[in-house]
Parts: sequence; C-alpha cells; structure tokens
Amino acid sequence: MLKSGEHLSAPSFEYFEGENARLVLQGDWVVATLAGLDQAFRKLAEAHGHDALKQLDLTELESLDTAGAYLIDRALRSFQSGDPAFVGAKPEAVALLQQARTLATQEEHAPPVPTEGHGFIDLLERTGRNAKNMWDETLETLSFFGATLIAISSAVWRPTKMRWTALVSVMEDAGLDAVPIIAFLSFFVGMVVAFIGATTLAQFGATIFVVELVGFGVLRELGGVLVAIIIAGRTNSAFTAQIGAMKMRQEIDAMQTLGLDPMHVIVAPRVLAMMIMVPVLTFIGMLTAIAGGMTVGWLILDINPTVFFNRLQENVPIDQFWIGMSKAPVFGLAIALIGCRQGLEVGGSVQSLGHHTTKSVVQALFSIIVIDACFALFYQELGL
Amino acid sequence: MTHEIAIKVRGLKTAYGTHVVHENLDLDVRSGEVMGIIGPSGCGKSVLLRAITGLKKPAAGAVDVFGQDVIHLQDADVAALQRLWGIMFQDGALFSNLTVRENVMVPMKEHTSLHLPLMKELADQKIRMSGLETWAGRKYPSDLSGGMRKRAALARALALDPPLLFLDEPTAGLDPITAAGFDQLIRDLQKSLGLTVFLVTHDVDTLAVTCDRIAVLGDKRVLAVGTMDELRREPHPWIQDYFGGPRGRGAIMGAG
Repeated sequence: MLKSGEHLSAPSFEYFEGENARLVLQGDWVVATLAGLDQAFRKLAEAHGHDALKQLDLTELESLDTAGAYLIDRALRSFQSGDPAFVGAKPEAVALLQQARTLATQEEHAPPVPTEGHGFIDLLERTGRNAKNMWDETLETLSFFGATLIAISSAVWRPTKMRWTALVSVMEDAGLDAVPIIAFLSFFVGMVVAFIGATTLAQFGATIFVVELVGFGVLRELGGVLVAIIIAGRTNSAFTAQIGAMKMRQEIDAMQTLGLDPMHVIVAPRVLAMMIMVPVLTFIGMLTAIAGGMTVGWLILDINPTVFFNRLQENVPIDQFWIGMSKAPVFGLAIALIGCRQGLEVGGSVQSLGHHTTKSVVQALFSIIVIDACFALFYQELGL
Repeated sequence: MTHEIAIKVRGLKTAYGTHVVHENLDLDVRSGEVMGIIGPSGCGKSVLLRAITGLKKPAAGAVDVFGQDVIHLQDADVAALQRLWGIMFQDGALFSNLTVRENVMVPMKEHTSLHLPLMKELADQKIRMSGLETWAGRKYPSDLSGGMRKRAALARALALDPPLLFLDEPTAGLDPITAAGFDQLIRDLQKSLGLTVFLVTHDVDTLAVTCDRIAVLGDKRVLAVGTMDELRREPHPWIQDYFGGPRGRGAIMGAG
C-alpha cells in the first residue's frame, strides 16, 4: 500500500455539486505529494461547507497515509451535513480515516499557558526582575563560597575525607597541562610590553627603563591577571561543562543518595587544586613574561641579559613579586567557585548547559577584574 | 516498489577495535512484518540496528534495505532511503533545543515541501497518534516524563509515514500499563499503515503482543528466527531459559 519516490502519482480531487454532492479522490494521498494540494483542498471545503456531501468516492484512490487521511478528514469535518458514505474504499483507507477522526476530535486537558506581555510595564518588570536576579546571584555565590569553606575546613580536620586522587587529577588537568599555553602567551605579552616601552621611551633616550617597565608591569599586574584570564577560559568552562553534564545525567543525584556530598567530592578538590595551581602557573607566567621582555631588550634594544637582570634586581623590589603572587590564590578560588557553582546549577536540558557555561566564563572574567581592582586599591592605600 | 524482503543482512561483521560484535550474521526481515530482536544484554542488538541504518560501518558483509545497499550508497540515495525509515532511539534522542512539535517537524522540513501551517497540523496529528495530547507539542523534551518522551520520539519517527520503522527498546522503563498501551499502539499503527517494524526489545510481553517473528541474537550471529511457538521448540539453552522462565511463560499465557 505504501509506495515511494517517482512511483507516486500526484493526488487530485473532483467535486460534483448538487443535491447529491460527490467528492472523488484520485492518486496517491501521501505526505510526499500533498504539498501542492493543501491550499486548493482547504478552499474547497470552505466554499462548499454548506452543501450536503453525500458520497466520498475513493475508488481511484491509490494510496493513503496518515497525512492524507488527516487532510481528507479535515475537509469532511468542515462539511456541516455530516459524514458522507464511502464508496469503493479499501478497508485500510477506512481505518485510517476513522483513526484521523478519532485523533482530531480527542478531548484535550491542556494546562493553562501563562501569557508573556510586551508592554512598557512588562519591560520595567523584566528589568526589575533581572536586577534582583543579579543581586541574588551575588548572594548565592557568596553562600556557595561559605559552603565550600565548610567543606574544605572539615577536610582539614579529617584529611581522610578529602579526595586526594581527585585533587591531584585536577591539579594535573587544570595546572600542569596548562603550562605550555601559559608560558607561550605570557612570553608574547612580555615581548609586547617591552616593545610598547621601547618606542615610547626611545623618545627620551631612556630605553634602559624598559627593564623597570617589564618588571613592575609583569610582576605587579599583568602576570597574575593574564594567567587568571587564561585559566578562566580554559578551566572554568571545563569545570562547568563537566559538572553540568554530570548533573544532566543525574550523577550528582546518585552521589547524594549514596551519602556522598558533592561539596566534598566535586567542589572541594577543584577549589583546593586551583588555589594551589594558579599561583604556580602565575609564577611560571611571570618568569616567561620577563623572559619575553628580556628577549626584546636583547635583540632589539641591545640590553644585555646580564644588565637586564642586574637592573631588575636593583630597581624592582621583591615586594612587587609578592603583590602579584598574593592575588593568584584568590583568582584561583574565584574561578573554581564560579565554575563549580554554575555547573551545579545546570538543569536537564542542553541549552541550560550552554547558558550556564557562558555565564560561568563571564562571571569569572568579571570577578577577576573586580578582585584585581580591589587589590590595586588596597595596596595603594598601604603605600606599596 | 514492493519487495518481499525489506531488510536483508548477509555475512555481517561489526567490530569495535578488536572486540567483534557480530560475525557472519544473516538476517531477513520481510515486508509488512514486525520482527522482534532479542538476545542477552551486550549481544549487539542495538549495534545491529546501527549497522542496518548506516550509523555504524560494518567491517564486512552486506546490508540491503528495500533492495538498496546501505553501506555503499551515495549521499543523495542515502537521503532518499532515510525518507523510508523512521527510527526511535532508546532514550528518545529528541532535540532538546526544540519543542516536541518542532522535533516532529524536523523530518518534514528536511524531506518535504509542505507549507508550515499544514506541517504544524500534521505534527499535531502525529503527536496525538503517539498517544500524547496536543499541548505536549509545545513542551520541550526536558519538561516531559520518560514515557511521554518515548511517545514524542515515536511521533518523530512516524513523521513521514515511513514504511519501515526501527524501534530500540520502545517499552523499556515504562510502567506495565503504559507499556501495554504502547505495544497496542505499535501493533495498531503497523496494521493500519502496513509498516515493517524492526523492534529491539527485552520485553517478553512486547514480543508476545506485537511481533510476527522473532530473531534471537547470540554468539555473534542469529541463533534462531521464527514465531514465538517455533522458538519455544528450539533446544538452545538461552532460548529455553528465555521463554521457559516465569516471565516468558506469563507473557505467552497472557498473549494466548
């Protein structure tokens, strides 16, 4: 009964008006052929809805599927005279038409749909809602921070509760494996800083001050922030995606029912690992950035590496290094917290995963800059 | 384009790395029959389905669907062949970024030139046909229960009224009443649409109610093919256990 492709003949219909109106259907009424017929058939039913349709002739109907049956049934329902007699119908066709009728007239128990407004008041409402959401989000992140602190401190009292394997594994994934990209990018940023300094300082004949520029810039600000931003893009998103996928597959639920606290199993090792590894990476980043600056100094400005190092030692106090390093664990903490929290917020759908991963990276970048600004203010006040 | 044999598998060998799933597997599915595929867990029932639908490239052998060699088909012919089958995956595999109705419309958009309003009406009809109410079409798959998702997946598989339907564990994870309703639905649709159904299942009740013939997979090949009564006379120990066990007997008595 079912055919396909070029073997199909186009469906068509003929309507005979009159006392005993008759509708004759021909050809294959299947989903592949119906495209051209829909409009005309709908119009027929609209135009002749008041006629008394007495006969439906299906003798020349070659094949019928549920789509065709739906179309025919829709037309029959628009005739107010009740159903016509089927002539020459195959039993399968009658069964399909009956099925279509049953489906079309099924009772519905639809739940009410909330309507969404687009007016000015609604705009205000949405704005207010978003502002409140932002505030809630901040509060929730802080409360998540608190819960993490509890989880970590309980691991300090009872070290057996800490997942050491997970900790080391995250340290490798997020720390060691990130060394090449951190080293590479920091090197180039160090070069760029030296170049910027070289062109400007050359006007005063003070190219030697490139050493101070690279030293202060990289140690105090650039090294730490650059590493944090790379890690926010690389690891924070990975955390969210990973935990979000676990959430989607109900692994987190399974953990909870087995008496495993996700805060201990998932969050604590990641947060600790990042607090350890981001300072290490920052150190590596600072070294390579200075190496980048030194390379430019040596090759382009004729500053000998020995001179570069001596000047660096004399004129850039070690405090600058500690200022830079002091921010690194805080960056690591913020990145891991936001990544884990957004991962745990993921719902059941794929969009929610994408939405929260985006949110996670955005929040991480935002918090890095804000934290850095706070530190800058703080050290300024201290007079360092 | 009528073929006595809808699916013809000859000498099929599939392997993942060194792990051979099927070796020298032969199977015929006749047009218009419901062929149940059973076998112990891990015997490659779903892999066989993947091999037949071209998702898994076999290491050796031939697969013909409606007389066309699935493995060596050109892209255009693959598209033509895909029109002829609907697949319902184990977990539904609905697109989670689309509503149920949009999910059902995907194959229509891809393979037909229907107008949007008609397409929507037809999608609603398919949704009702699979036992859901029309409003479920507005929902996203993640808002539905497991049983409703299966029905939505069936609706998508039926979107183009394909003559061949692949069902992977259609009743797994459903309550017995819903499952029985689903079995009946498959049987009714198969009868009214003249479908050929390739049904992978663990459910003895589903077999008893829906299947014309059953193929038993095991030892990397088809152990036996036949009606339920024929299979019960097979001496193979696994088949004896399967149909002779308490669940098997219950299902057979229920169906008889």
